[in-house]
Parts: sequence; structure tokens; C-alpha cells
Amino acid sequence: MNKINRKLWKYHGGLHLEEHKSISTGQQSALLPLPKRLTIPMQQHIGEAAHPIVDVGDKVLKGEMIAEASGKVSAPIHAPTSGTIVEIAALPVPHPSELNVLTIVLESDGQDQWCERYPIENYRHASSEQLRERIHDAGIVGLGGAGFPSYIKLNPGQHFAIETLILNGAECEPYITCDDQLMRERPEAILNGARIMRHALHAKRCIIAIEDNKPDAFSALNNALSQSGQNDIELVMVPTLYPTGGERQLIKVLTGKEPPSQGRTLDIGIICHNVATAAAVADAIIDGTPLISRIVTITGEAISTPQNIIAPVGAPIEELLDFAGRESGVNTQLIMGGPMMGVSLSNTNLPIVKTSNCFLLQPAEPTKPESPCIRCGECARVCPAELLPQQLYWHSRAKEFEKVQEYNLFDCIECGCCSWVCPSNIPLVHYYRFAKTEVWAQEREKEGANIARRRHEFRLERQEKVEREKAERMRKKKAMLKDKEGAKDDTAKKAAIQAAMDRAKAKREANQVDSTISASDSQPKSEL
Amino acid sequence: MFTATVTLSLLAILFGLILGYAAVRFKIDSDPVVDQIDAILPQTQCGQCSYPGCHPYAEAISNGEADINRCPPGGEATIQALADLLGVDPKPLDPEAGEVKPEKLVAIIDEQTCIGCTLCIQACPVDAILGAAKQMHTIIESECTGCELCLPPCPVDCILMVPVKQSANHWKWPFPQPSAGLNEGGNL
Ligand code: SF4
Ligand code: SF4
Ligand code: SF4
Repeated sequence: MNKINRKLWKYHGGLHLEEHKSISTGQQSALLPLPKRLTIPMQQHIGEAAHPIVDVGDKVLKGEMIAEASGKVSAPIHAPTSGTIVEIAALPVPHPSELNVLTIVLESDGQDQWCERYPIENYRHASSEQLRERIHDAGIVGLGGAGFPSYIKLNPGQHFAIETLILNGAECEPYITCDDQLMRERPEAILNGARIMRHALHAKRCIIAIEDNKPDAFSALNNALSQSGQNDIELVMVPTLYPTGGERQLIKVLTGKEPPSQGRTLDIGIICHNVATAAAVADAIIDGTPLISRIVTITGEAISTPQNIIAPVGAPIEELLDFAGRESGVNTQLIMGGPMMGVSLSNTNLPIVKTSNCFLLQPAEPTKPESPCIRCGECARVCPAELLPQQLYWHSRAKEFEKVQEYNLFDCIECGCCSWVCPSNIPLVHYYRFAKTEVWAQEREKEGANIARRRHEFRLERQEKVEREKAERMRKKKAMLKDKEGAKDDTAKKAAIQAAMDRAKAKREANQVDSTISASDSQPKSEL
Repeated sequence: MFTATVTLSLLAILFGLILGYAAVRFKIDSDPVVDQIDAILPQTQCGQCSYPGCHPYAEAISNGEADINRCPPGGEATIQALADLLGVDPKPLDPEAGEVKPEKLVAIIDEQTCIGCTLCIQACPVDAILGAAKQMHTIIESECTGCELCLPPCPVDCILMVPVKQSANHWKWPFPQPSAGLNEGGNL
């Protein structure tokens, strides 16, 4: 265990925040009583929405696939329990847009009866492709919050040799403790997942990074590692600083390296996965269990017993809040995610999805009044991505999207450090999110315009071709007509010529007679 | 003297060949300014600018026949981009051309009413309508530019313009309002 002597690096900026973590780690994670109704959205990941393969009325078993991945960047979805499909409709999802998304509603039969599962006996004998396929089929997506399909991040391609697999157990955002709790309760699953991923990636080494405010999680993993008798994984304690859990920040701390701006960690031979994703991978390979439930932190000042709850995907947030108990008589605000990066939801009647790591119920507070930027530079001082947040803000506000990209908008990790320190209470990150989605929309429009241009040009070409062919046909027809007329002409001409020749001949003959007659007359003349 | 003549002639031939090759190799099919203008236009191909499509309008702008403020689908952003490209001052949209629509619309065919006359197919500038004579027609939503050119020819008025379906993937964060109620990083 390289805990002591490992050299660590520092990234720019960051914040020391009050943690508020111990309030939710006092007890073992509880299992949520099985909800009667599960509403399972088809979009729980980055990429294309999954496509339902069941119909209303179908009976399904726990773990059965109910929606298949559509396209490469997508993930299938499985029944979190056994029961009947009662509805397939567009319903609200936990997303800042509060839009409706196609959702399968499953009514549980209370039996929680598993379908047949097919574990892989020994992953060491399985090929990378086999493991990736299993991980894809189990519907595993990044559980740290982003929800990118994990099998893609296990496929670096032939051109990249993976030096290091990093499992991210930093969990740096205040209040959130689901990874902490998982590391304490299921360290073997995390280690096994790490080994499977490392095997699939052919990574030279594997590091699990944990912030030093989680000594219990560290020792749980450490014990499990000693018990496994293998010393193949390095456990590293990193100093607690927000946002060390950011991929780039963690890589910097552990290796001193920085992936190129807007490049991938792959470019420097590193792949990062979340510890919870590793546990899900172990479940999928060793037990044949798809991703159908997760551990969720329910916490905040308006929750009576903040805690971690193991809940099936599709369980109503309401039920988790009630399970942990709500303080009565307070006006509350629900935040999905943590206090720094989370988004407010106005509706609590929404389901848990694969990426739901935390719900924070806080007493509602009036928004702090915003005032103009005083150019104090505090935001730039704390920005872990070394950006100039006030410039990003000016250009986002002015909707100067090219300018804002010149200031590397897309390197912003939306950590919220800048907003946190801003003395003017400017909702800086909201401006960046606005600008990012605008830029994407413009890119989509541009792409659409290019397609429309090509289709229009193709149509014009086709019309031209049709015209040309028509003209060609006309020309041919005319030519043919002319030919016929020409043929008539010819005979007439020939006849005329013939007639003329005949006439000429007759004349000549007549002339000859004449000339013979007159020859005698004329002869002497010529001799004159 | 002789060597100089030969050398110069050879050089001349060589340069001629290089130029000739370059002319073939780097042949420019069309006027680059027109293409740059065309790249800015939204390619709705609606004809509201009074030209039969975006490219003809681009040509007209390039040779000074048309002003830069005649494209309603492009709106303010397109006028601004054209002004930047051509180094002229932006101006408000010419009301004669039309109005900016608040949201993007696409056409859909009421398939119950459609008589399969194919008139809309002939009108669509981007071949976004599928169907054969006397068969019901449909519009490929992703290809429809919302130009509305298919509306007038339809003898039974069965084509409607509807807003594009919103998807969570393509959702845009709204411009921050002072009263948005978001306490970013202030939820501690
Ligand atoms: S912290 Fe706020 S006030 Fe200070 S420079 Fe940044 S945006 Fe302006
Ligand atoms: S939200 Fe973006 S700009 Fe602000 S501190 Fe974090 S990375 Fe920097
Ligand atoms: S008005 Fe705009 S979109 Fe329509 S044809 Fe003219 S340039 Fe194209």
C-alpha cells in the first residue's frame, strides 16, 4: 500500500468547504421497501434513449431487459423487480428541463422474482470484447453522475495503450456520501470490479483514490485487499479539496499530468471510472446482475434521518424522502446532486434513475440578490480548470458564443467554485450552461443546414438531369422528324435534279442537231 | 547567350507546367464569396428572400443586387454574421421578406386527409416528403426545413406546421433570469 510515500501533485484553485457528510454516514445503508409502482425512463444516460421491447400487459421478471440500446452511445434498461408493464408513455424525468421522456411503468407483483442469470465463471479467461459486451448488456453507465455508457470507456481502441486505470472514490462534493458508504460496505465488489476493468483494458496498473476525509472507506478497502491476498491495486489517499473528484483534477493530483484541452484522458494513457461503476461491473460479470438499483444519499437540513438508501431504478423520490423522514413545517427546496453542482427540481414526484447519486432537501432560502461584476478576480483564483470565469460570464451574457469558446468554455467542469466565491452572487455556472447548450444547438443547426444544402443541391441536379434528358429526347425527336422530311426532300430533289438533267440532255440533243445544222453556217465565220 | 536563352525557355516551360497543374489541381468550382455567404444562410430554401433558394440569394448579395436583411428564417443572427463577413453595418430584417418565427416549425401531413396527389413532393426543396401517386404521403421530420413551400399546393389543406418536438438531449438552458431561484453553490 503506497499510502505513505506516494508523491502527489496539486491543481490550481479549489475550495475547502464544510463537508456535512457525517450526518448521513451514521448507519448502514437501508434497503428501500419495494415500491408498488416503478416509473423507468428510457433516457437515464448520455446518448440515445433506449427503445422499449415490452408491451403494456407483459409480465416481466426481475433483471429482464425491457428496453434495448439504440445506437452505439446508449444503454439497455432492465426490470428492477418482477411484475407487469402497466403503461408506456412520456412522463416527467429528473432533469433540469422537466421535460417528459418515454417511460415504462412497471407494477411490482411483490415477488421480486429473478430471471435466469448468466455469470461469467472466470473473467480472467474472458476476452476484452466478451467483458465489454456483458457490461454493455447489463446497462452499466457511469454512476458518478455523468451517465456515459461504461463499455465505451473500456474500449480505448488499438492505438491507445492504457497505463493507468483510476477508480475515483474521491467524492469531494459536500453532503454526498453514497460512494463512501459503498466503499465501506462492499469493498470486495469494488476491488473485483477494478480487476475486471483492468483486465478488459489491459491496464498496467490500477489506483483507487479516496479523499482523506473517508478513513473508514480507506481501511475497509485496505482490509479487503489484504484478505484477497493480492497486492495488485494501489489505494491512494488524496487531500480533501473541492473538486478533487473532477476527472482532470484527480489525474493531476495522482500523476501530475494534464490531458490536452478538450482532449481525452485516453490521450495520456489514463482511464477513470467511478467506484460505484466498478461495483456494478463486478455484479454484472460475477453474478450476471444488470444495473437495476443503486445507492442514493438522501440528506439535507430538512431531512430528519439523513442516510443512504439502496433503491431500485424507477422508485419515486417521494418514497425515499419519506423513508428518511422530512422535517415538518418547513418550506423546502429539492436539489438533485450535491450543493455545488446539483440542479433544483420543482417536482418531487419523479423517479430515481441510474445516475441519481444524491437528493438534497434544504429549507427554501430566498435567492441572494445579484449585483454587477466588480472584477475582483476571485473566481479566477479558485477555478480548478484555470479559466477566466468573469470573461466567460461577460461573453456568455452578451451571447458572444465564439468569444466564449476562445476562453475555453468547454473546459469548464461546472464545479461552481466561481459562483461560490463571487461576492456579487452572479449565477456564473448558469451562464456557462446556457452558453454550452446554445453552442451545441448552433452546431446542430449548422449540421442540419449542411444536410439541407446537400439535399437541395441533389434535387436541383436531379431536376436538371430530368430537364436535360427531356431536352435530349426533344432534340432526338426533332432530328428524326427532320430526317423523314429530309428523306422526302431528297427524292424531290433527286427528281428535280433528274428532271433538270433530263431537260438539259434534251436541250443538248436538240442543240447538237442545231449545231450540226448551223455548223456549216458558222464554220466559215470562225475561220474569219 | 545561347545558354541563357535555353535556361529561360526551360524555366518558362517549367513554370507554365506548374501553373497549369495548379489550375487543374486547385480548381475552384464556384465563387468563394458566394460559398461563404451561402454557408451562413440557414438553407431553409423557402424563397422568402425573393430568390429561388439560399444559393441564388447568396449570389445576389455577392454581386450587390440584394441587401443582407432579407432572410427571415436566419433572423438577426444571420444578418449579423453576413454583416461581419462583408464588413457592412447590420440592419433590421426587411419586413417585406417576412417575420422571424418564434420557434422552429416542421410540416406534418394529416394522413387521413391526404389524397396522394404528389403536388407537395414537387414543391419540397429538400426532398423531405415521401409518397407515390394516390398513396398517402409522409414528411421525414428530421429533413424538413420548415420552409412551408408544400402548404399552398396542397388541394385539400392537409399539411400543418407544428413545433419541433423537444427532447431532453437537445434541451437548452434558458438565459439566466435574476429571479431564477437558483442558489448555485449557495445550497450549503
Ligand atoms: S468573482 Fe464575481 S465579481 Fe469577482 S470577478 Fe468574478 S464574476 Fe466578477
Ligand atoms: S464552474 Fe467552470 S469556470 Fe467556474 S470555477 Fe468551475 S471550472 Fe472554473
Ligand atoms: S429567405 Fe433565407 S432561408 Fe429562405 S431561401 Fe432565402 S436565404 Fe434561404
